[in-house]
Amino acid sequence: MSAALFAQPTSLEPLAVELTGITKRFPGVVANRDISLQVRKGTIHAIVGENGAGKSTLMKILYGVQAPDEGTIAINGAPVHLKSPTEAIRAGIGMVFQHFMLADNFTVLENVVLGAEKLYGIGDAARAQIRKISDDYGLRVEPDDLVADLGVGDRQRIEILKVLYRGAKILILDEPTAVLVPQEVTELFSNLRDLKAEGLTVIFISHKLDEVLSVADDITVIRRGTTVAAVDPKKVTARQLAELMVGSELPSPQTEESTVTDEVRLELRGVSLAGHGQAKVLDNIDLVIHAGEILGIAGVEGNGQAELVETVIGMRRPDAGQVLLEGSEITGAGVREIRQAGVGYIPEDRHRHGLLLEAPLWENMILGHQTEAPNVKGPLIDAKAAKADTEQVVTKFDVRTPSILVTAGSLSGGNQQKLIVGREMSHKPRVLIAAHPTRGVDVGAQAAIWDLIKAARREGMAVLLISADLEELVGLSDTIVVILRGKLSGQFDPDVVTREQLGAAMTGADQEDE
Amino acid sequence: MKVDFRRLGLGVAAPVLAIVVALVLTTLILLVAGDPVLAVWQVLFKVPLPRQIVAIVNEATVLYLSAVAVAIGFKMNLFNIGVDGQYRIASFAAAVFAGAHFLPGWLNIIVAILVSMLTGAVWALIAGVLKVTRGVSEVISTIMLNYIATYLVAFMLRGAAVKVEGSNATSTQILAEDSRVPGISISWLANTSNKVYGLVLLAILIGFLYWFVLAKTRFGFDLRATGQSESAAVASGVNVKRMIVTSMVLSGAAAGLIGMPLLFGQDYAYGDTVQAGLGFAGMSVALLGRNHPIGMAVSALLWGYLNQLSNGLQIGAGVSDRLVLIIQGIIVLSVVVAYEVVRRARQRLEQGRVARELAMQAAPATKEVAA
Repeated sequence: MSAALFAQPTSLEPLAVELTGITKRFPGVVANRDISLQVRKGTIHAIVGENGAGKSTLMKILYGVQAPDEGTIAINGAPVHLKSPTEAIRAGIGMVFQHFMLADNFTVLENVVLGAEKLYGIGDAARAQIRKISDDYGLRVEPDDLVADLGVGDRQRIEILKVLYRGAKILILDEPTAVLVPQEVTELFSNLRDLKAEGLTVIFISHKLDEVLSVADDITVIRRGTTVAAVDPKKVTARQLAELMVGSELPSPQTEESTVTDEVRLELRGVSLAGHGQAKVLDNIDLVIHAGEILGIAGVEGNGQAELVETVIGMRRPDAGQVLLEGSEITGAGVREIRQAGVGYIPEDRHRHGLLLEAPLWENMILGHQTEAPNVKGPLIDAKAAKADTEQVVTKFDVRTPSILVTAGSLSGGNQQKLIVGREMSHKPRVLIAAHPTRGVDVGAQAAIWDLIKAARREGMAVLLISADLEELVGLSDTIVVILRGKLSGQFDPDVVTREQLGAAMTGADQEDE
Repeated sequence: MKVDFRRLGLGVAAPVLAIVVALVLTTLILLVAGDPVLAVWQVLFKVPLPRQIVAIVNEATVLYLSAVAVAIGFKMNLFNIGVDGQYRIASFAAAVFAGAHFLPGWLNIIVAILVSMLTGAVWALIAGVLKVTRGVSEVISTIMLNYIATYLVAFMLRGAAVKVEGSNATSTQILAEDSRVPGISISWLANTSNKVYGLVLLAILIGFLYWFVLAKTRFGFDLRATGQSESAAVASGVNVKRMIVTSMVLSGAAAGLIGMPLLFGQDYAYGDTVQAGLGFAGMSVALLGRNHPIGMAVSALLWGYLNQLSNGLQIGAGVSDRLVLIIQGIIVLSVVVAYEVVRRARQRLEQGRVARELAMQAAPATKEVAA
């Protein structure tokens, strides 16, 4: 729809956003260096870059959370100094965060007016305004719905509506597709195109390149804190874009020939876990993983993946069913016993479950293996051996750190994750549970972690892989199982399955069709 | 081993800052109240007399034991407010046992100390069990147990008390000479005949054990991990419930030691004049000393110093010695804030340092690519 607009020279109209020479230093690091960005009015402009490339700092500058040390910001041709988000909103800039900021027990109306009561009050005027915005942009938001009853896609549209309600003409969306299934992504993109058609400007941050290519009018690439290229999505391939992002060639997860054996490593028989209400969180789960096999679990988040992992590792006890490790029962055993028996664990949330952020790296290497060599000698911690082991893992798994004495919290996400993966791998587990192993890590670390998992599979490890990244699941797994509302609802061969098939199974659309 | 001076500097910065803030605020309070500021500081900053040094060390010994008991809980994010009740009921039990003189001499002392630790541990165990089985906050249960301990001891003291001719003080049987721990003379160091509690050695031993167990053992690692991040500890295989009960028991056992230097080195009995509130003072000392074995020793000495020199306030400056409580209170309040500030500063500094050092390593590589 915008092809005609796109082709026209827009030099007469001022740019919606223009950043020139933006530099932001933090103690010891330059987060942004000489950034220049030109966003044309009424377009969808994508900003792509690895995690840690400086995208979020740039967005914080644009949204007034942080002030740049150098450089200028111009909105609609006029230079501005944004000192706070309030000023950014006044200048017409709104931000939709990756993590929704909605109160579950409030209605849509209440959530939207919260903090903006002065605009249209909190009653019928506000309700009418919400309906109007919803209709204008095809957001399908019902002001009196309770947020707790709504799905992820709905919540995201409410967030967008919140920003529009406050009068934003320029919307920044931070990784908006990270939480969505493919169908919802399609819908979001159609919403974004509607916004654009109404003359709004959308700045879209992502590292999912095929999405960026399908929706963006212009793309700016950030690498190592600076803008390295502004490209036209019609003239560039995903591969070229990715190479601009990482500055070198990048691999993709491709399984080699099958290494699956018939030796059963992990088996779940009829595992159930009761929830708070009537519905079970896990409902009669049966699954088998063999040595040399990667079993991928696909699903929209919150359908029991986390509980499944926590049941296998022993953090939760199933209410029914059995968990067997190499034929012997570990149902209801403690985490420590299960880990000692040879289950490695890469947790979903590395900050909550994987690391002691304020402890040095070598102590973090002990975590989870407090009873195993080389960390202990009898009841005593063998600090010397643990440190030597940490040095090895840091080298072997390419954890970028100046020393093993720095705290885990001072490393970047990718390096924290490599440390965890290295820690778990170095104890040669029989079964590895990998929950979202590459979430929030940069492309380089992602490729490294994929390689490690593949290498482990070749050596005969059995891997339970949980991921929201379909590319990762398809690329790594030997078998993909879909989990929906606590039940395993389908089994797929990653070589032939399509994203749409997986997406349908993940949302239950395939069952409704039958 | 290399000492990281930057770390050390940041570690010392917070308590020093807190003390400075306390001095400034106290000065302001004195000014507002119209009290003689200079005279007050002159009294408090006097070099202590030899006999005062002995008293400071003795007071610090008791406070240090109390601080260790509190710190065991703190390290696990447990707030054992009940150290106060635990040490009183434990001291009473030990005094009754030792006073019965079932055993001769040193054996009597050692077993009585064990009885005291056991009693303190059992009293703390109640709170630990309530927490893991019923989810009762240890803060609430230990406060309640403090009250119960106070009245229970008062009640039992009436039964266990021995009448002393010409005195209406109530106390347990006075210990025989051979069941007392002799003091250590410091006449070689300072000109005084007063003696330091013999059990100061026990406090040093406990400080060493505290350090050793926390820093060097697997159990200590599990305990620290639980305190730093309970969720990460669970995922690493720590049985947090067992850990809570164990650390409460250890904290209570350490609390049982608080009264021992007093019982065996000064009072020789448990009576209704026994000092209360040591458990709470121990919390302040642990907070200022940051649960560090040496930090707590320094802050225990500071507390003892302030308490001793405050005795001269009324005479020397005409100001109530309670002023010291204000100073101590402000120190604790500001140290909590200061530690948080320093913790964040340290985090930021380290993140910056790591990024900078990595950038320096990466710089040559980048050039190659560019060329």
